[in-house]
Amino acid sequence: MGFIIQAKNLAKSYGNFRALQGISFQINKGECFGFLGNNGAGKSTTMRMIYGLSTVEEGCLEIFGEKIRPLTPPHIKQVCGIVPQEDNLDPDLTVIENLIVYGGYFNIPSKDARVRGQKLLDFMGLTDKTNVNVERLSGGAKRRVVIARALINQPQIMILDEPTTGLDPEARRLVWQKLRRSKEDGVTMILTTHYMEEAAQLCDRLVIMNNGLILAEGSPETLVREHVLPFVIEVRIPLEMLPTGIDEKILELGGRPEYMVDSLFIFTEQGREIWEKIHKIGLPQHSCYLRSANLEDVFLKLTGKREES
Amino acid sequence: MKMAFNILRRHLIVFRHTFWSNMVFNMIEPFLYLSAMGFGLGAYVQDMGGMTYIQFIAPGMVSSASMWAATFECTYASFIRLHFQKTFHAMLAGPATVSDVIAGEVLFGIVKNIVFGIIILVVIGIMGQVQSAWSLLIPVFLILPGTVFSLMALAYTGIITHIDYLNYYITLVTTPMYLFAGVFFPVSSMPKWLQVLAWLNPLYHSVEVCRSLVVGQVSVDLWQHVACLAIFSVILAPLPVYFFKKRLIS
Repeated sequence: MGFIIQAKNLAKSYGNFRALQGISFQINKGECFGFLGNNGAGKSTTMRMIYGLSTVEEGCLEIFGEKIRPLTPPHIKQVCGIVPQEDNLDPDLTVIENLIVYGGYFNIPSKDARVRGQKLLDFMGLTDKTNVNVERLSGGAKRRVVIARALINQPQIMILDEPTTGLDPEARRLVWQKLRRSKEDGVTMILTTHYMEEAAQLCDRLVIMNNGLILAEGSPETLVREHVLPFVIEVRIPLEMLPTGIDEKILELGGRPEYMVDSLFIFTEQGREIWEKIHKIGLPQHSCYLRSANLEDVFLKLTGKREES
Repeated sequence: MKMAFNILRRHLIVFRHTFWSNMVFNMIEPFLYLSAMGFGLGAYVQDMGGMTYIQFIAPGMVSSASMWAATFECTYASFIRLHFQKTFHAMLAGPATVSDVIAGEVLFGIVKNIVFGIIILVVIGIMGQVQSAWSLLIPVFLILPGTVFSLMALAYTGIITHIDYLNYYITLVTTPMYLFAGVFFPVSSMPKWLQVLAWLNPLYHSVEVCRSLVVGQVSVDLWQHVACLAIFSVILAPLPVYFFKKRLIS
């Protein structure tokens, strides 16, 4: 029973819409657990239930062994740090005031909150922004302030709902780096994202969600190992321009054709070998791209399949 | 309740940022009414039951300025916090409940209503229109009407989905309360049915109490008004919590 959070058949409906169709998962202490899925997959609904903005009505959700119904109580929220999907920093306040006021909600005295807030801003590389109004910050800086704010109460659980959506690559990497640091400090992290790379970079374990269901669960490596072959050749030719009988030819070569989002992917055990022979079956090498299979392939394979059925 | 004060602290920090711009704006309107009605209309109205016209309306300005302050805070400002700035979502992600959020809003409505009440009281004092030391009780008394006006405004703010609908509240609720509260003419001069309705008007009770305190005609009858305001507060209190829950929790 090392779980901090456990869900059994957790479901949620909004009117006739089933946002969550019954999901089960366990999150261990100290790990980074990811929810990977498209928009509308049910990730944010799950997060909102954990941090008390949505009611638990169907199934069971336990946090620290305590059954949540209907709403996460204040004493659990007291030890959580939330990075919501939309920045909801207080635009009427400066950066440091945002942290002090937020610390106040956790009963942290102003003086302590100011000291702690300043440390967090230094940690986030925002020292020179301390007294700036939040409206004047860039998107990346705002996001880092939100993360600093989520850390002000020294949380045991951090919930990150798409923490880097909309950030440029540099800002994103900076955020990742800071999150890894917090994880080192023993904070359990729950992350939602639709960036495969983000999930692969940060998560120890993750679930892939689609249409309110969990399709697969495991570490990024096991998911890749279990669901796809190690190499993939992306064929960058429109489907209708592919040679006829291509599937059979690929199979003869020892590859496995997969059609995902209107493109042909060839999964294989021996990448280079097949790639070198590929022109023989009518696919020019310059429009074929060989790479290692990754989480995105798993994701596309699983979620793409579901949409067809 | 501790949480409500933590939330109030947030509002006070913001208030401090905007205090002067806020104050000047809120002072101008009652001042305009006082001078236009008091000096203009007052020239034709010689006697208001033993008072000059300006004497009659001055205490009403204290009550109504407080009402407008609490009302604007808990309509436009709260709506922006609810829908645009997502301030409440942030609070709820922390250890606050919807009741805490509403309590924080009401407390701030009360603070603003008292601050502006005091300012207008000082203004009419400077104009020589404060006759009694009983006036010192006004800031304390204003807690009650401040609660009622904040709760009413918040309940409406929680119901509507678009900021433009707030105009209806101002035009159809606050303005009629203002006009038929005995600020500009005594309620007793209105038709009987309007006099009955006036008892449902929280501003009427506030005006009656403030006027009595300002001129020093204090009697036990004032407790009736205090009691009405207390009853309104108790009846209204659950409404904003209910409507905000529907908006904030899914």
